[in-house]
Amino acid sequence: MDDESDTASKSVVQLVPPIAPRKLVKVPFVELADGRVQGVVSSGSDIARVYVSWVSFTDGEHLFGCSTNNNRPCGGAMGNHLCKHLDSLLAEAVTMYGYDRVARYLKIESPNPDTHLRFSLTAPCIAGSRSSSLVFSRFLRYLTYLELPVATAPLAELHWFPTTGVK
Amino acid sequence: MMLASQLESLLSTDRPGVEDALGLVTDLDAALLTGYGRPDPARDAALAALASAVAATPLADRVAVAAEAIAAGNITDDQLAAVAAARSALLGAVHDTLLSDVDTAIGRTRIEPEHVDAEPAADLAALRGAARAWLTELAITGFTSVDETFIGGTNPIIEGLGGHPSGRRLAVLLDGLCAELRACAPVAAMNEPPVRRWADLWSRAQTLSRPGHADVTSVERISGRLLVLGTELFEHPTIFGFVVHGVVETGGDEPPRLVRATVTAPKVDVITGPAMWNLIVDRPNLTAALAEDRCLELTDMPVTSAGDLLWSDDAAKPGEVVDPLATARLRLSDAAAVTTAPLDRHPVAIVEPVFVESYKVVKGDTPKFDLGGTTLTVDVGRLSTAGPLTAKHVAASSACVGVLRWDAGSWTLSPLTVQTAVKRVATVIHNGQWAAGPTDAKVAKAVERNDSVRVLRERAGRLLRK
Repeated sequence: MDDESDTASKSVVQLVPPIAPRKLVKVPFVELADGRVQGVVSSGSDIARVYVSWVSFTDGEHLFGCSTNNNRPCGGAMGNHLCKHLDSLLAEAVTMYGYDRVARYLKIESPNPDTHLRFSLTAPCIAGSRSSSLVFSRFLRYLTYLELPVATAPLAELHWFPTTGVK
Repeated sequence: MMLASQLESLLSTDRPGVEDALGLVTDLDAALLTGYGRPDPARDAALAALASAVAATPLADRVAVAAEAIAAGNITDDQLAAVAAARSALLGAVHDTLLSDVDTAIGRTRIEPEHVDAEPAADLAALRGAARAWLTELAITGFTSVDETFIGGTNPIIEGLGGHPSGRRLAVLLDGLCAELRACAPVAAMNEPPVRRWADLWSRAQTLSRPGHADVTSVERISGRLLVLGTELFEHPTIFGFVVHGVVETGGDEPPRLVRATVTAPKVDVITGPAMWNLIVDRPNLTAALAEDRCLELTDMPVTSAGDLLWSDDAAKPGEVVDPLATARLRLSDAAAVTTAPLDRHPVAIVEPVFVESYKVVKGDTPKFDLGGTTLTVDVGRLSTAGPLTAKHVAASSACVGVLRWDAGSWTLSPLTVQTAVKRVATVIHNGQWAAGPTDAKVAKAVERNDSVRVLRERAGRLLRK
């Protein structure tokens, strides 16, 4: 049976690439969405504060931004200097999705998986301004899944979504 | 035990009717890729063929009207619903044929109980309507034209449905489909888009979003000893589910009954592998029974006409330790099954537990069990890091409880429980063994170190405005 040849006529096909588990304490949320690597980074000093960080590729240049969820800019992310939140975000994105997938998503031209991803961004990277509220609300929406109860009703649609082997 | 002769009978059954029906489905599904919005003579021919295929059924008039209207460029919810219903009827007929082949081959008896539909939940009418509108637009524009903005249109629908018990199926389905569309974007650039699969999901979503759709409800209660055969695991980015297959001994002269129990927990993408069991916190009797290989004494457990236990942990008490392979060896061949719920009839819904032993393993990327000259492909691709069972265990196994499944013309066996040699000691390993936490010290440590469920719950408690 050849998996490649009959994708079109199969009901069960794996399409979403598997992601690797990672520690969430520092960076509880990472996603590749809207052309950006974006996410939420917990503040090192205040347990109730989080930073919203993102890196995009726009018009041939990498842009980045980092601010609190109340839109106060992060002091560390200025000009062409990435702050430690952005460093952590990129590192966790690489752990979760793999270096190649993140590099491809950010359209990095000459990726070097042996170094931190920040060194492969176009230089200089430019701080962009963008409201943090959209990413933050996506994170809140993400968290609401864990508020939903466990259920025991049969769910016939599961037949289309088996776990898929990674071993 | 499934014998070589039974397997040979199943694999050699030639069903030209099945191929014809699937050929028609393939022709029809192509339209969903390019979109119903553009004139397409091939699609119109497929619709006409569909109308004649269901001409002798109660759907005949609706489908004939829909085929004509669509050919005239008039595409509405109702017409697409008629097409989806006719497609489901075709695949339902394929399901019936294949299932009767299984029954004939392995001698399984099936009782046909009365199906009772629940009252439709009226409060979801607006959300179902919004889902229908989105599905219609998807059909009109086609899978190749979807973009992030369009996919994002389902967010409020999924949020609304996910909070309701009767909206869960549609929410899980739409979320799974949207995650795939995002992962595959741009679909137009895909070499081989998964047309059958996405058309399946689109059609199911159509059915589930129909006004007045109702889930099958429980019709009776069952008491007796539940002996577990094994567990299947399911997952997409926002759901974890497991289905326990077992037989219930109801006592007396009655044959044991084949049943399933389903548990589903919403999750997020980063919760994966064995950590997913941490989501199942309040079903201790069920998870303990899986982890310790115990039977469960059921008292008045609700069960649907399709053989699904509506699991209530209070109605089950863990009993003695029972080897699942002994259960399969002694109880599976005379166990009575029931039929699939009418709306769920589709080839992927064929999940028949069988027991095989005395086979030779033909190793490879897609290993096979050789039962005296007839081989059955073993689907090791479904084995998950959430359970201890690996392809290596399967390759070294001497007995296996699995489920027979069918997809794209092939039968496969998905292993649930095996007896295998671990350091030369015969050991029973199954998918549900880590239900109460990984028993492998290294895996347990890793799960504890990255306790994703706990960290995200803490973040949710602090950041979500309740």
